[in-house]
Amino acid sequence: MSLLEVKDLKVGFPTADGLVQAVRGLSFSVDPGRTLAIVGESGSGKTVSTQAILGLLPEADISGSAVFEGVDLLRLDEERLRRIRGSEISVIFQDPLTSLHPLYKVGWQIAEMIRVHDPGVGRAQARRRAVELLGMVGISRPDRRVDDYPHQFSGGMRQRAMIAMALALNPKLVVADEPTTALDATVQAQILDLIAGLQREFDIALVLITHDLGVVAGVADEVMVMYAGLPVERADRRTIYYRPHHPYTKGLLESIPGSTGARQGRLRPIPGQPPSMIAVPSGCAFHPRCRYAMPVCVAERPPLGRVTGDGDHASACWLPHQAIGLGEEAEAVRLRASGAETR
Amino acid sequence: MNGGPPDARTANGDPLNGGAVHEDPLNGGAVNLLEVDDLVKHFPIQEGAVLRRTVGQVRAVDGVSLTLAPGETLGLVGETGCGKSTLARCIAGLHPVTSGKVTFDGQDITNLSRSAMRPFRRDIQVMFQDPYGSLNPRRRVGSIIADPLVIHGVGTAKERRRAVAELMERVGLNPEHYNRFPAEFSGGQRQRIGVARALALKPRLIICDEPVSALDVSIQAQILNLLKDLQDDFGLTYLFIAHDLSVVRHVSDRIAVMYLGRVAELAEADELYDHPRHPYSDALLSATAVADPDVADRRGRVVLTGDVPSPIDPPSGCRFHPRCPRAQEVCSVREPVLEGAAHLTACHFPIGPGEGAPR
Repeated sequence: MSLLEVKDLKVGFPTADGLVQAVRGLSFSVDPGRTLAIVGESGSGKTVSTQAILGLLPEADISGSAVFEGVDLLRLDEERLRRIRGSEISVIFQDPLTSLHPLYKVGWQIAEMIRVHDPGVGRAQARRRAVELLGMVGISRPDRRVDDYPHQFSGGMRQRAMIAMALALNPKLVVADEPTTALDATVQAQILDLIAGLQREFDIALVLITHDLGVVAGVADEVMVMYAGLPVERADRRTIYYRPHHPYTKGLLESIPGSTGARQGRLRPIPGQPPSMIAVPSGCAFHPRCRYAMPVCVAERPPLGRVTGDGDHASACWLPHQAIGLGEEAEAVRLRASGAETR
Repeated sequence: MNGGPPDARTANGDPLNGGAVHEDPLNGGAVNLLEVDDLVKHFPIQEGAVLRRTVGQVRAVDGVSLTLAPGETLGLVGETGCGKSTLARCIAGLHPVTSGKVTFDGQDITNLSRSAMRPFRRDIQVMFQDPYGSLNPRRRVGSIIADPLVIHGVGTAKERRRAVAELMERVGLNPEHYNRFPAEFSGGQRQRIGVARALALKPRLIICDEPVSALDVSIQAQILNLLKDLQDDFGLTYLFIAHDLSVVRHVSDRIAVMYLGRVAELAEADELYDHPRHPYSDALLSATAVADPDVADRRGRVVLTGDVPSPIDPPSGCRFHPRCPRAQEVCSVREPVLEGAAHLTACHFPIGPGEGAPR
């Protein structure tokens, strides 16, 4: 059974210009001990969807359901949600400096969180646990560093401290929102290794949100690609990278320097700009930027449907199922189907 | 950038041998467009409210030598605090340098006065990372792009307007949006505005400081292609600074890897990526995220311990020695010199063929 099952999640923000439809019907599930990567660019709704589930968007219009261990998180009152957040589900944010209070010692902040969720734990005991956690996430001399303030930590150490805090209450699900985006390459690699190692050790379900297809290539079990508030493709890691079906996934892969065969040549960017989330394009929201767009793409929104022969591979695209992969055959199928070859 | 038609660098010198100074038989001068010689930039740390005294130095750039041939793209990579942006600002004359020499087109431009620097400001332009932070939100895009022309007194108002429209067209902006404000543009379009402004004075060298770091990948690719096209069309020379190694490899002819204010390694792009000789380059490359599961699973990773030391008090000898998996006694005593013919490395025990992390 899934640990978290999200169904038809919709998140909207009323603004003066109209309703911003940040998430327009998202369904996914996460199993215990697995890593789901949610990949998308700015404004795709990847962060908003998880924040909505965790009750971090009080001003938004939210509908749908998010069932975690039999309880719908979207129907819980703030008090009960707060108890689950932190202990059962915890979050690692991109920028640890804004998540750590600058005026309190790092160790105190970890200890305090433990004590808030379990008042039975004494101060000394909570502090010992903080030291232990800091050691576990690779902070050297944790018995000394526990009394440091956040500014005395480097960027990588702060992110380690955030991870220590996220794990302090043995959560079953960790949501990591761009956990390494603010970090240098060598530190990023350390943090990703750390998260992956701890996840295996404690059998945590991990939802990894990122804009960077490079980050998840070595980490994710499953990848879900989002565009304009909807999932456009979902599959296991290898399928997404080697046998994508959706033109947006393909476009993302071809935009990354070094990921396509023609490394030295020109990149193949996706033309145009991301759409306005107030006036979302009709049908498939990607159609104005898609070089294979057909009349049906403008008229009707494609369902996230199973692509033949690939188990759990699902894609929300009207192109035929055979249009899988980055090779020439698939390209021929795409061009034939869309009529682009004759245009 | 790579992959273009035969360009200026082929005519003017071997890109592999950019470390050497080429003599131009016609005018007897050096043909490198830019030469940086032993550049040092220290920022004093001062204490005391009344009697200010200097208690230390942040050694941001500590003896860097580079050359750029016309039409070439030199990539500059390194992690936060390695001095790459400071170096760029020193070259552009935005920081006075502590010591060393910057030569542009054969002329010494080190620490020139504002007026003496003025002609060179047309030739050397800088493009910054944050296209929003560097554009005044209350001014119209057309006049932002026209700024450099106005400042340098180029053309009449009418001519400038036409020049701006042409520039906007060239970088993929709609010239009809001349009167819009920066906030009405997306991130990628704002970076195009930055590109147009940098191009306005027909510069010869553009220093790109993380020009695509704030952009989504699909938009990033658009800007990278645009920069490449402009280089081919106008024979531009780029100093391209970025922390994303796959981007740098894509655009660069040669790449310099910086660590704590010094160049650790400098080589032709593919050579550096395929056969890094400095242990820091090796670690940096092995840590770079690659959008390819097979590569990610297969390759080994050189995990560096600890954090980058403070540039206020860099380690003795080789600055990388406390974190280096290959360090020996001599490394903490003697600072290695950046040496080699085409592939320069500052290391006492460089990595030999087949010794690096598998990739």
